[in-house]
Amino acid sequence: MDMSWYLVLSALLFATGAMGVLLRRSPLVVLLCLELMLNAGNLALLAFSRSLGNEDGQVFALIVMVIAACEVVVGLGIIVAAYRRRIPLNVDELRTLRG
Amino acid sequence: MKEVCFFLGAIGCLGGAIAVIGLRNPFYSVLALIVHLISLAGLFLLLQAEFLAAAQIVVYAGAVMVLYVFVAAYVGNVEESLWEPIPGQRWIAPLLGLALFAELSIAIIGSGLKSLDTEGPTVELGFGSPEAIGRLMLERFLIAFEAASLLLLIAAIGAVVLAARRRESAPPGVQPGGEHVDSQPGSPAGIPERAAG
Repeated sequence: MDMSWYLVLSALLFATGAMGVLLRRSPLVVLLCLELMLNAGNLALLAFSRSLGNEDGQVFALIVMVIAACEVVVGLGIIVAAYRRRIPLNVDELRTLRG
Repeated sequence: MKEVCFFLGAIGCLGGAIAVIGLRNPFYSVLALIVHLISLAGLFLLLQAEFLAAAQIVVYAGAVMVLYVFVAAYVGNVEESLWEPIPGQRWIAPLLGLALFAELSIAIIGSGLKSLDTEGPTVELGFGSPEAIGRLMLERFLIAFEAASLLLLIAAIGAVVLAARRRESAPPGVQPGGEHVDSQPGSPAGIPERAAG
């Protein structure tokens, strides 16, 4: 398969994730859509790594996975804290981070 | 054979991604994301990133998604209100997504990179194996590796601090010293105020 197929697929996945961030209002689903966008970036990194015959891009993708895991952990912590305080779980109403 | 595998993986990826943003129940969205991640791991294998494919399944589809499933079950099915702060948001958002895809595709196809139309150079047998990645991470990218591990530790501590129950949210009326207090100044006389914990 040509590399352009992988790159166009990654662009499609990234656009899908961005559309989800714009459309959905539940913070949990917005986090899921951020995961989609990060994974699309990973796919592009791996495609470039393969087309250059160089493994540096794979290490880059691994670091992106670590960052995504950190983002998920902190984001889910914020969601659980907001749920405990009975703050509505809606990104339109979560305008401030006051405790 | 490669083409068939690619299109199967691509259909799984795209179907999972569209299901994530299309399904109303967040629990189903999480399950759709697992489908997406496993198909993506298949594509990683096609790109000869064996270690990354294994890490994707073990770390992402395994650990991170279990976290998501727990939180989705804890929070429950949150009603998404139909109120739109921006009028016509549900029509503008797909248009913006399509525009983003068109822009990215033009940028990729129009970049004129010669390697776009090839399958990439032939690589030696150990390309993308755990051994090669581990050697790179512990030699050339040691600082990035250490910084990532430090960041994971900080994120774990931060999540515990964020999600932990606060002491001051204990029901009033019972002081930490064990002394019983009859009523708060603001509550009706005689009836001890009991806040739902």
